[in-house]
Amino acid sequence: MTLLTTKEMARFVARGHLRFDALVPIDLNERVVEELEALTRDRWRPDGATKPPATGTPLSACYPSPSVLGEILRLPRVQGIIRSLVGREPVFDHDFVHLREAGDLWEQPLHADAIIDPTQFAFDVQLFYFPHELATGEGGTRFVPGTHLRRVNELEVGRYQHLLGEEHVCCPAGTIVVFHQGLWHAGQPNRSDRRRWMYKIRLNATERQLQLWNTDDLATLHNGPDDHIFARFADDSVAKQFRHKEKWCDNADYRLEQVQRARLWRYLTGDETFDVDYYLTRVERHRRLESPS
Amino acid sequence: MSVVRQQVLYLWLDTSSLDGRVLGWAFHDGASGRGPTPPAQEPPYATGVSALGDGWCLLQSSQLIPSHPGMEHTTSFLKHEFVFERRVELT
Repeated sequence: MTLLTTKEMARFVARGHLRFDALVPIDLNERVVEELEALTRDRWRPDGATKPPATGTPLSACYPSPSVLGEILRLPRVQGIIRSLVGREPVFDHDFVHLREAGDLWEQPLHADAIIDPTQFAFDVQLFYFPHELATGEGGTRFVPGTHLRRVNELEVGRYQHLLGEEHVCCPAGTIVVFHQGLWHAGQPNRSDRRRWMYKIRLNATERQLQLWNTDDLATLHNGPDDHIFARFADDSVAKQFRHKEKWCDNADYRLEQVQRARLWRYLTGDETFDVDYYLTRVERHRRLESPS
Repeated sequence: MSVVRQQVLYLWLDTSSLDGRVLGWAFHDGASGRGPTPPAQEPPYATGVSALGDGWCLLQSSQLIPSHPGMEHTTSFLKHEFVFERRVELT
């Protein structure tokens, strides 16, 4: 099992997604379509032979053999990604087969899944699996990197038709894109002459998401609260990744995004002194001055 | 006989000033394509002021609202939203 690196985790915290091109082998991509068809056909039927697992089922018990979806979810690299983000025994929240027929031009409004989550740090992940190659205009999911820490409720962001820096998944077969639960996204028209399949699964962590990834490089990349762009800063630190500015983000909110990322990194590493550009540390110093105890 | 239809343009800018740079946009066309339409896949204007220069009239800009106590670091919707209209005469 290959776990994520600190660099990959920092990128996930900063941008809300990780993309793994052609991760699933070709033969599984070809064989899975039949199972996706069955899931689509049977999902709403009381007597359907192929049904999704019950919500709350441990992932390890989902899609037992023989199941191509099970084979994919149990690939060592997929297991490593899942374990790094949501731990050793995540549970199945739900999944769905997103089928867009050839020529289906409906465009889904931008949204964040489920409902607004007042929880501060703990998060679910959603794996978006594309079993076949997708070119521009073939229905690849639209998403807006770096929106995952914004507090919005579902379709409230549907007003945003176009945002600078948004992406549409164009990818080779077998690509998996992992989303933080809060990332804004939308299904897109399929202008091609073939069906577009996409399988999405949401997983809940059952343990505190504390240093679950491969932390061999943590000490090297993790920075102290003194890593400050206007003073002395490291060129390869986590802070540097957290300074990434999304093109859709305004200048003032950009700094608050860094604060949100720093707070999530504190949760993930257990280091309550971590900071980016001194924003949290400065405020905390003021707070201590006002409340000596 | 001519009729008038409204076109609406939302621009989200990078500051609270109308001459801020465009970060996002949305277009709604009451003229159903019978009037001029901005490009869909690229920013129709560089700034809010450039939209004024092309005949758009400002309908509304977002208010500057102080952060709610305890929510000072929270991010949510894009803050600097400007709504424009243009009336298209159809014959």
